[in-house]
Amino acid sequence: MNYRWNWSILLQEPYTEWLWSGLQWTVAISLVSWAIALSVGLVVGVVRSLPSGILRVIAGVYIDVFRNIPPLVQLFLWYFVLPEIVPETIGLWIKRDLPYPEFVTAVVAIGLFAGSRVAEQVRAGIEAVGNHLMPAALATGLRPLQAFRLVVVPLGLRAIVGPLTSEFLVTVKLSSLSLTIGVLELTAQSRHIENYTFQGLEAFTVATIGYLVIGLCVTGLMRLIDDRVGGAALRRAGS
Amino acid sequence: MIVLEDVHKSYGKLKILRGCSASVKLGEVVVVCGPSGSGKSTLIKCVNGLVPFEQGSITVDGVSVSDKKTDLPMLRARIGMVFQNFELYPHMTALENVSLAQIHVLKRSRAEADAGSEKLLARVGLGGKLASRPSQLSGGQQQRVSIARALAMDPKAMLFDEPTSALDPEMINEVLEVMQALALEGMTMMVVTHEMGFAQRVADRVLFMDGGEILEDTPKAQFFTDPATERAKQFLTKVLTH
Repeated sequence: MNYRWNWSILLQEPYTEWLWSGLQWTVAISLVSWAIALSVGLVVGVVRSLPSGILRVIAGVYIDVFRNIPPLVQLFLWYFVLPEIVPETIGLWIKRDLPYPEFVTAVVAIGLFAGSRVAEQVRAGIEAVGNHLMPAALATGLRPLQAFRLVVVPLGLRAIVGPLTSEFLVTVKLSSLSLTIGVLELTAQSRHIENYTFQGLEAFTVATIGYLVIGLCVTGLMRLIDDRVGGAALRRAGS
Repeated sequence: MIVLEDVHKSYGKLKILRGCSASVKLGEVVVVCGPSGSGKSTLIKCVNGLVPFEQGSITVDGVSVSDKKTDLPMLRARIGMVFQNFELYPHMTALENVSLAQIHVLKRSRAEADAGSEKLLARVGLGGKLASRPSQLSGGQQQRVSIARALAMDPKAMLFDEPTSALDPEMINEVLEVMQALALEGMTMMVVTHEMGFAQRVADRVLFMDGGEILEDTPKAQFFTDPATERAKQFLTKVLTH
């Protein structure tokens, strides 16, 4: 290979700054879209576990639609198609007045995609670990919704902290999609540096390490939470 | 106290209960026994409405279980139930397990509920295990917590669904002793069990079930010495020789 490594390029202005700002955007997109995914996924997953009702059907439709369309397509739909099909005033507002339009679109798109996956985890956790305690809770006189809220859901959620780690990691990695609509996150900045300096390998090495560090932090954090709530023991007991 | 009349239950084409009638009077201890698959567990779960049935009627303390107007949760709060697999809430301590329904059903304050729970746990011999989680307790201890959880609602009757079947042999007695003490205090009890020793010591009457029917409903003494049906005789020789 004739590539001439030149690591010092990364210490030159403005490239250090670019990478640093890219890393910040990546973290910001990851955290905000994960917050959206968690909130939406929790609500939808719990609703999906209810025995019946129109809400349960709506939750099912959301999961089916958002889980089955490629996230990149979803991102384009939100960014290019949505402003054109909503009433004109709203479309104009999205195009002209929405603050940080690329960032907002990216976190909504990634958050709702990941949310559908989180919802399925929530439902699975409730079904696998929580539901079998329903009769015992009902037998003490709790009303079905009380039993669900006080026993079944808290148990199901504790059990899925481990599996949710993967969803969190997927969300972090999906943040790189947002470069396609112009967010200058870590991957975009690395390409940027390559275009300016032809020293892409150095930039991408740093980006790789960046993603790795974020991922390891996420894994460590989730493991800590899992230990705290006793998730692993619940998944083993399972019965 | 508990009256069952012609109760039928089936899962699809499989008939589980074929017209069961029986009653448990106030203060009585009735043991339900019979081979596996005879419908004992289903029958006892019909009593507090955990399993719905198609035909017949069950009344508890004068309230119909199958009547749509009946407030089932309120009825269940007055009937304690103990399950084969304990079914404790694994994410809560023993104390929290016993307090939960007191707080949310009986609307007691947490302090009041916890005080009651402490007394009950002491009564079942677990005064020192208030802060333990189910995973830190032995099977026998878990089942005693579950009895305390049921007693916490001040029930008028107690249902036991094979309370010792999932226990190691050396733990069976600690649970049976708690149940026996309850019976002596005059608790109305319906107990599905294979523990014939317990039945001989504590039961007033024995129901023998097979194939979804109650074949015998006889006073204890008669059941063990002179059962009416051939099927019960066979069952007894098999169970008692062990």
